[in-house]
This record gives sequence, structure tokens and C-alpha cells, in this order.
Amino acid sequence: MRLHPERGLGLSLRLVLALAVLVFFLFPIYWLAIIAFKTPEEIFAYPPVWVPENIQFANFLVLFKDGDAETVFNSLFIAGVSTVFAMLLGTMCAYSIARYRTGGNLFSDWIISNRMIPPIVIVFPVFLLFVTLGLVDTYTGLILLYTAFNLPYVIWMMKGYVQDVPLELEEAALVDGLNRWQVFVKVVLPMVRGGLFATAVFTFVFAWNEFIFALILTRNEVTTFPVQVTHYFGGQSNFWAKIAAMSMLGTVPIFIVVAFLQRYLVRGISLGAVKG
Amino acid sequence: MSRLDIQGLHKFYGSMEALKGIDLTVPEGEFCVFVGPSGCGKSTLLRTIAGLEEVTRGTIAIDGEVVNHQRPRDRNIAMVFQNYALYPYLSVFENIAFGLRARKAPEAEVKRRVGEAAEMLGITALLGRQPRQLSGGQRQRVAIGRAVVRDARLFLFDEPLSNLDAQLRDGMRAEIKRLHHEIGKTTIYVTHDQIEAMTLADRIVLLRDGRIEQQGPPLELFEQPKTQFVAGFLGSPQMNFLPVTLEGGAIRLADGQTLPAPPAATGASGPMTLGIRPEHLSRSTGEAGPTTGRLDALIDLVQPTGTRTYTQFRIGDVEVTAELPAHTVERPGARLPLSVDMARTTLFTADGRALGAR
Repeated sequence: MRLHPERGLGLSLRLVLALAVLVFFLFPIYWLAIIAFKTPEEIFAYPPVWVPENIQFANFLVLFKDGDAETVFNSLFIAGVSTVFAMLLGTMCAYSIARYRTGGNLFSDWIISNRMIPPIVIVFPVFLLFVTLGLVDTYTGLILLYTAFNLPYVIWMMKGYVQDVPLELEEAALVDGLNRWQVFVKVVLPMVRGGLFATAVFTFVFAWNEFIFALILTRNEVTTFPVQVTHYFGGQSNFWAKIAAMSMLGTVPIFIVVAFLQRYLVRGISLGAVKG
Repeated sequence: MSRLDIQGLHKFYGSMEALKGIDLTVPEGEFCVFVGPSGCGKSTLLRTIAGLEEVTRGTIAIDGEVVNHQRPRDRNIAMVFQNYALYPYLSVFENIAFGLRARKAPEAEVKRRVGEAAEMLGITALLGRQPRQLSGGQRQRVAIGRAVVRDARLFLFDEPLSNLDAQLRDGMRAEIKRLHHEIGKTTIYVTHDQIEAMTLADRIVLLRDGRIEQQGPPLELFEQPKTQFVAGFLGSPQMNFLPVTLEGGAIRLADGQTLPAPPAATGASGPMTLGIRPEHLSRSTGEAGPTTGRLDALIDLVQPTGTRTYTQFRIGDVEVTAELPAHTVERPGARLPLSVDMARTTLFTADGRALGAR
């Protein structure tokens, strides 16, 4: 196949532009990653060291030795468990709202409106509540809080996905011999699988990134990684090596999650269900 | 094999009454077709039988057992949906096996039964595929396979052919009829297509506005319609309706022509509607007799179909269609004498009831 000269030119221009955009967005990530592997001398060298000569892991080792890396596991545990809870509860709520019109037409609007409250408004009341209940600086506390925060979003998103499941599929399953619960598990969940994973990614990322509540509601037992990173910004100096290494540790899990689930982020799983 | 009895069935959606008192018995092994225009309640009736809609009043009984409050799964019925309703994430085999697995059938039995059903429908080669890899006709076969694989008491079909193209539809229609002969299960089939109803049914139940307008064997409804609605619904091209006056044993048309009254008209008089099927109008070759009427008509439009030629006439202000032999070589604008087989016409009173209907 021969390209038309003009189209070939247009294609090259587009490729150059795409490359420029890519460099613009990827360079900061590259810079962060490369700092994490540099020696202190290289970090502060002038002119800057674009490509370090030796890759060394001292910056990471110190994080593990001092126990700072545990905060990544705290984040993983809290974000993971709260995501599972929010997805389980939220999807069941969404099914109930979508199929039984639970709470009337405006119920889901009211639910999503809860998500619009600026977190800062409720930080202090939540703190007092957690002190009273003894939930400060516990896994349970943060997991409950993030589950509550994510529920409206999960319900809102999953309601849309559930409504897209052809009703006939559920009716066919009812006639075939399933009860409502079995229909939910064996028909609805497989049909909304793509939506489940897409929503779970956003839910997980929210809990992973959350800072203000994690800062105020933890002391040192369950510090999460975004809070830990801020400890390296000092009044006198900033620990760039630790900041970069810690940020890398915090980026990798999200990177893996998204890479693993990205095929589900594309919709179209219900193709072929009905005529089409 | 099972028998279905419905008594005094009413269904309300809020204040809207969708079914207005249905009484119906479908004996064992019968192929019963619900037909009617959209919104007549035929699908609602089917769905209440399936248990997908609740009954407001009245009873539904299968084999004498009232099932009003049973869940769909406990009624042991099988249903084929208009849009096939195949599970897109399961293979064809698993789609057909779904109902058996839901009822915890042993694996060996699942394999045997799915194999038999696939064999019967000629889809054995497709068992490993995914629904999205199938054509519309193949999907419909799988949907039917999912119904026949179970030992259900009733088979319900909800407009199963309306998404297929015309040619495929004719083939599948024949296949469904053959399948019913083979399996012999009591079957209820919903359609808006009167040809499907006529060709498939042992009994047609014609619904209109939430009520049964008439029920019986197809030819009985076709030849002895109780109302003008039934007469107009069945038959293609549609029955011709002419406003007439009946007086003294003669029928007078609006433009002054007269026809002899059919035997059923004895003793009646007044304004009526005369129903003549297109196939009972032919080119007149002789004089009018006691049972043969003669009409003078103006040709409006000629539509050959190959087998027959539909010719539209104008009699006074009324359009009339006649089904004439294929090689009718008449041109629009010509006048043609038509003869009417009066014994096969029907007179309808002003309220739409057929004269002489039992």
C-alpha cells in the first residue's frame, strides 16, 4: 500500500506532535524515577545528570530499613479492603435502585450529592467522632471512612451499568430457575464486569491518594504513604532521595493495577447479548 | 404435557387496566397463539403466565394447580424471548445448559440433554462458540434450544421471529411447527403477525384492548369472524369493508348499486358494513344470480405479485381490493364488472358485530 504524499506528511506531523505531548507528560515521571536511583551528589549536581551512570538502590533500602516502606503496605491494605467493601455494598445498592426503584426517583441523586460535600467541612466532626469511638489511628477507622466516601460514587456508577443490562436476560434466568440472588450473582455481575473493574480502579485510586483524613486521623500506627511522603519536606532541607524513592513505591502499585485492569476500562462487554 | 386454565384474569398497571377479564383454557399439547395489535395485552398475558408480572385479580392454573403466587422458577415453564436473551459471557453449550444447571442436574445428564437439543435444532457444530459469533437465526435456535432442553410443563414464545428477516422467518416458522409436532408440549406463542398466527396455531386467541375478541381454530376465525375487528385483522390483503343499507332482502351500496343479501341477513335491516375478502371478488362473466352479486367498478391500481394480481377498484367513494389471476391485463381507468360470492361475505352491524354470529 502506498501512502498519498500529503497524507504521509500529515501523518508525520501528527506523530511529531504526539511525541512532543508524550515527552511533556512523561518527563516528570522519568525525572522522579531517575532521582530515586541517583546518589546524593548526582541529585544536586549542576549541570543536571540526565542519565545516571550507576543505578543504585540505597534510597529504597533506607526506606525499608527504617520501616518507612510499611506505609505503602498500610495504604495497600486500607485502599484494597475499603474498595472491596464499597464495591460489594455499592453494587447491591445500585441493583436495588435500578431494578426495584428503591427510595424513589431522586434517591440516587441524593446519594451522589453526598459526594459533593468538600471533605474539609467534615474533617473536624469526623475527628471528634473517631476520638469518641476509639477509631483514630486504626485500620478500621480509615477503611470505614473510605468505604463511606466511595459508596455514593460506586452506587452512581454501577446503577448506570446495571440499567444497561437487558432486562430480558434477567427474566430469562428467572424462568430458567434462578432466584433473585442467583440472578444478581450469575447474570448481573458477569454482565457488569467491565463496569465493576473500571469503578473499582477509581475507587482504589481515591483511597490511595486520600491525604487530609489520613493526615488527621492517623498518628504513627497506620500512617499511609501520601502522609509519609510529606514527612520528608523539612523546614531546613528536603530529602529529595527519599521523596523520590517513596513516590516510586507509591506509584508502582497503581501502575500495576491499571495495567492489569485496563482492558476492562473499555466498555463493550455486553455486545451480543441481544440483537446486534 | 400440561393444561393451562385462566379464569377472570385482570392486570392493572397503576390505574391502567391492561387485561380486562381473561377466561381461557389451553388443553394439553395444544399450540395456542395469542395475536392482536400492539398494546392489546398479548405480551402482558404471556408474562403473567410466566410469572414475570403479578396478577391483580383472577387465577392462573397449570394442571389444576393455581400458580398465581409461585415464582417463575417454581412454575417449571420455558420461555423464548424476542431478543433471544442469550448470556453473552457463556458459550452456546453453557447457554443451553443454563436452566439444567440452575436446577442442579447431574453433569452427565446436562451433556446428554444439551447434545440432544442441539441435534434437534441442527446447532451441534456451534456449541463451542460465543453468542456474538452467531447470526440472528442461529441465536434464535440457541434460544429455542435453551427452552426445549428442559422438561418444562409449558413453552412460551414471545414474538420470537420478529427480529429475523423475512426469508429466515418463514424457515424458522416451519421449524417451530415441526418442533411442536415432535415434542408435543403445550405451547403458547405471542405474535402480532397474523400469518404466523394462522400457520402455526391449533387455536388462535385474538386479543383486543385487554379482552379476548374471539378464539378458535384459525379457519373458524377466518371464515366466521364474530366481529368486524377479527375479520379485518386476519387476512392479507385485508377484507374490504363497504358501507351499505340492508332493506327487504337486498343490499344497497352508497352509490346505488344493489347486491342480493346473504342468508345470514334474513330478518335484519338498516345501515350495515359489508365485508368481502379480496379473494371472493372475481371478474364477472355472467349475470347476477340469487347468490352471486354483480358490481360495476373502476380500476384504480394494478399490483401484480407473480402468483396473483392485487387490483384496486373504486366503487363509489370506497377503495376495494380484489385478488385476481396473475395475468389480468386491465389498465387503471378501465371499468370492470366484478362478481361477488355473497355466501362468503359477512354483514356487520353498526356496533361491529357479525350478523348471524353464534
